[in-house]
Amino acid sequence: MNLIAKPSKENIKTYVPIGLTLVSLSFLDVFVNAFFNLNLMAFLPSKFSYFLPMILGFIGFYLIRIEFSEVRYLDILNKNINSNNFNALLTLFTIFIIIKSIPPMLDWFILEANFSGNSKDDCTGDGACWVFIKVWFNRFMYGLYPDAEQWRINTAFLILFALVGISFFVSEKLKKYFILFLVFVFPFLGIKLISGGSFGLEYVESAAWGGLSLTFIISAFAILFCFPIGVILALGRRSSLPAIKYISIGFIELWRGVPLITVLFMSAVMFPMFLPDGTFIDKLIRVLIAITLFEAAYMAEVVRGGLQALPKGQYEAAKSLGMGYWRMNALIILPQALKLVIPGIANTLLALVKDTPLIFVVGLMELAGMIGLAKTNPKWLGMAMEGYVFAGLVFWVICYAMSRYSQNLEKKLSTER
Amino acid sequence: MILKKFSIENKKARDLIPQVITVLALLSVIIYFATNAQINMGNRGISFGFGFLNQEASFDITFSMIEYDGSHSYGRAFLVGLLNTILVSVIGIFFATILGVIVGISRLSDNYLIAKVAEWYVEIFRNIPLILQIFFWYFAALRALPLPENGISFYDISFLTIKGWYVPKFIWTNLNIFLLSLIAAFIAIYFIKSYATKQREEFGKQIPTTFISLSTLILIPLITFLFLGVSLTFEYPVLKQLSPTVFTYAGGVSIIPELIALALALSMYTATFIAENVRAGILGVGKGQKEAAASIGLNKNQILKLVVMPQALRIIIPPTTNQYLNLTKNSSLAAAIAYPDIVLVFAGTALMQTGRAIEIISITMLTYLTLSISISIFMNWYNKKMAIKEK
Repeated sequence: MNLIAKPSKENIKTYVPIGLTLVSLSFLDVFVNAFFNLNLMAFLPSKFSYFLPMILGFIGFYLIRIEFSEVRYLDILNKNINSNNFNALLTLFTIFIIIKSIPPMLDWFILEANFSGNSKDDCTGDGACWVFIKVWFNRFMYGLYPDAEQWRINTAFLILFALVGISFFVSEKLKKYFILFLVFVFPFLGIKLISGGSFGLEYVESAAWGGLSLTFIISAFAILFCFPIGVILALGRRSSLPAIKYISIGFIELWRGVPLITVLFMSAVMFPMFLPDGTFIDKLIRVLIAITLFEAAYMAEVVRGGLQALPKGQYEAAKSLGMGYWRMNALIILPQALKLVIPGIANTLLALVKDTPLIFVVGLMELAGMIGLAKTNPKWLGMAMEGYVFAGLVFWVICYAMSRYSQNLEKKLSTER
Repeated sequence: MILKKFSIENKKARDLIPQVITVLALLSVIIYFATNAQINMGNRGISFGFGFLNQEASFDITFSMIEYDGSHSYGRAFLVGLLNTILVSVIGIFFATILGVIVGISRLSDNYLIAKVAEWYVEIFRNIPLILQIFFWYFAALRALPLPENGISFYDISFLTIKGWYVPKFIWTNLNIFLLSLIAAFIAIYFIKSYATKQREEFGKQIPTTFISLSTLILIPLITFLFLGVSLTFEYPVLKQLSPTVFTYAGGVSIIPELIALALALSMYTATFIAENVRAGILGVGKGQKEAAASIGLNKNQILKLVVMPQALRIIIPPTTNQYLNLTKNSSLAAAIAYPDIVLVFAGTALMQTGRAIEIISITMLTYLTLSISISIFMNWYNKKMAIKEK
């Protein structure tokens, strides 16, 4: 009678050891099966041995589910992963899938993968061929930019990082000038350094730019320009002047209603028709304008959200101090509104970074485009998996870091009201 | 001097000046572009117009839901592209919603492992560009599938191969009678529901609507099968040898890998955003609401159905519609893997053949714009209807 009684505090001494044994047995079975390809329960009928770990684990979890056992770890365990039969099943299922998927992943990424060598023939294992990434790494980072000139891109980015780094440590007064320099002067110096053509630097046309550095260049410039345009559009949409209001609404809704890829198509094939014959605007600049205007429309809607969330009293207070429209917005409204919508701004900027690979439409190749090029190279066929996993990882790190940073910024700037 | 006088003394004039300047600037830009376009087109000997839509397209499309071949017009090609866009969007929306709701609820699960797994799913798939995910599925994952001769078979009625997924084809007789009966069943269910609501509100009677409507939904179409001559047979795909080494499947419907890759990537990517909306919506319903509902004696299911969900949906639906719109717009990335959607067929192939950049890009953009604006108008109407009516 005692054996089929509900697990409770009275029989904790018998049930918990049995339950834990069953649970560990089930994990052991799956683990051994996954890592050593051995079936411990092979002597049982095949269908039954397949479900056995599930059944064992389930019974085990049932036996250790004792409410208010006063054993701290058991209570935490039960509360978090074993609160009822359904949860126990889900837990088992998740753990089994995780255990099962570790060995093939490990094999592909590391154990069976090839790291050394410099051609496809060196890839003899069943796993990933990281040699591909190694050999093409330079191209993935710099595109078709001439090898001898790559120090220019490196220098530009190093100076950028150095300036950003230093700006964290200098005094408030200097910081202002640092930021002004970073935003208004440095981007153009940097682009001059990369494109060359003067000061004895060899000219490198923008069609040769590419790889991850192009992703950064495009993202940086688009962010730089789309932010002020977005703010102006948002103010325009909230304006009391009808002509300005409706032009802003029309502009915002037009860009938000169409996919970026059609906008890029437009910049590539339709825009040249609108310019006087013989005028030529660089492909990169056209793309940059397209992405900037597109993202500015999204930015405008985010900023508008912040503007709408501000209480009317803020406007009235600013006006009663005798401030004009621009002073009111610059000093009172925008600082508060922008702080409110940091998550939205961060999401828009993230979307912008994630949209940069679309420039393949006009024939520019950043990281994803370069991988597309490399995987169709006759000497490196069949390397799509490695390439896209690598690109996915790189983008993931960038985007995840950005979203984490925005969360921190939000916390830092939040002023409890 | 005059400007200053204006700005101080007369508010109307002060308001007018920036507006006039903006409008004039906009107009001059438009006129500048239009004249340039006219000159350019004149130089190239093409004139603006939409007559080309009736010309023979003379290119083939790999996947079409309506009858199409090269002898049809550009207008028809546009329609094929539009239908393909709608098809992949609908499939994507369907799976994204299911996956998103599951992940969103899982993130709130009291099971630590499930919540963590759901969280990492969102973090991983949201932070990788969609285009890379599409490339991954198309160029890497689906290319690893077997050749037709050893395709992965599901009970010998459907086969997954590198060339696509072959599924049985439905062959209906009297399909329209069946569809009519379905509509009739839905109308009947609507009346049963409203009758039940009335009975409950006026007399306090509980009618088991779920059971009755389910049986209506099954019974009425069943009658058409039995008495009205509706029948359904399946045409199964069968392996066929084209040459000693080349195999394919005959019969059935082939779902091309482009469509699978696109639908997979779109739904997995959008699901992360929908999951966040669902989570925010459920968290947004105050704890007091649940406690109040429990204190008047509702059980757990009733609380979820009558108190939490109606309020959560109000928070969930607007941003989720936005995600549906985004998904539809993102389906244009199809062009990257040559799924024949509107961008590839129309803004790609048709544009290359006719050279009519302005007309074709405008039509494509207008199509998307119409789609977006009509959905947002519908959403505004819906939001107004759903908004809490305060007394």
